[in-house]
Amino acid sequence: MSGAALSTILGRDAAIQASYFVTAVLFIVGLKRMSSPVTARSGILWAGAGMLVATLVTFAYPGMSNYPLIGAAIVLGAVFAWWSGKRVAMTNMPQMIALYNGMGGGAAAAIAAVELYRGGAEGYGAATLAVTGGLIGAVSFSGSAIAFGKLQGLIKRSFRFRGQQALNILLLVAALVCAALLAGHFNDSPRVVTGLFVLALILGISMTLPIGGADMPVVISLYNALTGLAVGLDGFVMHNAAMIVAGTVVGSAGTLLTQLMAKAMNRSLANVLFSGFGDTGEAPSGTVTGSLKPIEASDVGVMLAFAQKAIVVPGYGMAVAQAQHKIWELCQLLIDRGVTVKFAIHPVAGRMPGHMNVLLAEAGVPYDLIADLDEINAEFETADVALIIGANDVVNPVARTDKSSPIYGMPILNADRAKNVIVIKRGTGAGFSGIENALFYLDNTRMLYGDAQKAGAELIQAVKAVG
Amino acid sequence: MTGIVALYIFMLAAFTGYEVISRVPVILHTPLMSGSNFVHGIVLVGAMVALGNAHTPLEKTIGFIGVLLAAINAMGGYVVTERMLEMFKSSRARGPRPGAH
Repeated sequence: MSGAALSTILGRDAAIQASYFVTAVLFIVGLKRMSSPVTARSGILWAGAGMLVATLVTFAYPGMSNYPLIGAAIVLGAVFAWWSGKRVAMTNMPQMIALYNGMGGGAAAAIAAVELYRGGAEGYGAATLAVTGGLIGAVSFSGSAIAFGKLQGLIKRSFRFRGQQALNILLLVAALVCAALLAGHFNDSPRVVTGLFVLALILGISMTLPIGGADMPVVISLYNALTGLAVGLDGFVMHNAAMIVAGTVVGSAGTLLTQLMAKAMNRSLANVLFSGFGDTGEAPSGTVTGSLKPIEASDVGVMLAFAQKAIVVPGYGMAVAQAQHKIWELCQLLIDRGVTVKFAIHPVAGRMPGHMNVLLAEAGVPYDLIADLDEINAEFETADVALIIGANDVVNPVARTDKSSPIYGMPILNADRAKNVIVIKRGTGAGFSGIENALFYLDNTRMLYGDAQKAGAELIQAVKAVG
Repeated sequence: MTGIVALYIFMLAAFTGYEVISRVPVILHTPLMSGSNFVHGIVLVGAMVALGNAHTPLEKTIGFIGVLLAAINAMGGYVVTERMLEMFKSSRARGPRPGAH
């Protein structure tokens, strides 16, 4: 190679590396801005600019071919993702994140697979990084796919059987044996590579199937962290600094986020992964006394219209009924009448921490009216009405008193301490955990049966009728 | 890049990720998870290089799948994060939030 050609390549390489450095900086600044509500929106723009720079620059990477294939894959993937991302409903956001995350894990596994099949990962270090990245990426891929299926309602059952943990351990050990054979260059045959990936994919499926829907957000967050780690490891194999930095940052940020979420749900990570919620085997002890007292919408309308202070407790049921717009309309009527209205959000209202805030924001509720558990709990005692819409376990006072209850110890919203409690509920069934809710039977509680959307419309009419 | 330098980068990046997230309010958990999901879409860069250096039909097939999946990760992650954070803007525009946080 002539000196001129070499220096061109070196110059180009330096430019590419500099661009990757800029990308890493943009990602970190973007994430930092996303961690505060004031700057959050600009954060994704910073990170997006970083991604654009890195992608464009990579087309100039020295020694590459197959450009038509690369272009076709990017266009296909981007068009599908754009289309699906634009039309997904806010209520379905958690499973969409799971899906996109799984794709990233799959891509990380594919990179490792190409390197391993090609024999590109030379030396013990590179080979170890490649098999670890591939293993983690493949588990994240199939695990996230199952998480998506469960939250989307495609997989309805939780598959649990005796010896499931033993099977998972067996799968893990078998995958690790394949990994060790490859990493130590004892046996580099394509069959071992195939075995590693097949085992890892099955492991992801069998690890995720027994986990209940309520715990899925924590699992999705964990897979998000794992994908980040896999990307970082692949970055080491490919000597790509942008991948190393971005992947590792997401890996550690995702791990912390997973812990925060598990804490908000009063679960430990081990508990989520190795036992199903309500998997105690025994029927929940229902020692609830009293009766359910129904009420008409018109009476609730009067009660709300003449209240000084009302606190709304929304739950996932409200989001499913798409009632957030009607409820906000109702609250605006009340605010115009001089009623103080606040929204109380439990950390696990909605499908994952923060999800309910997104849904309320979508309906146009300003976020100074939204309070989280610590801010609002002392205020229930001064509230005339607590309006519970599609929430159940998060307001069950049993969590404070009954040590035998599976939700004992979970922090709850003290809705039972309001002067009047109105519960809008579709039917008389129990909550997600299958536990009877003692709140519904209290003397100051009235039940307004019906779909949240319909009940919201009736309440609007009722408040207007008061004049 | 020597092994020890790589290890330093790994350690510092890990601390950076931890620091960046450590004081985030609960209301941003979902958008932030989505945002970090977008950031690991950088795997696209690696997948492009892997496909660019693939020779056999098997390598090309897996490389193609890799780029396809990575593009979905990056684009999808961006679109849904942007949509979620867009709504936080609209609530801010209605007036500054007094006090809390």
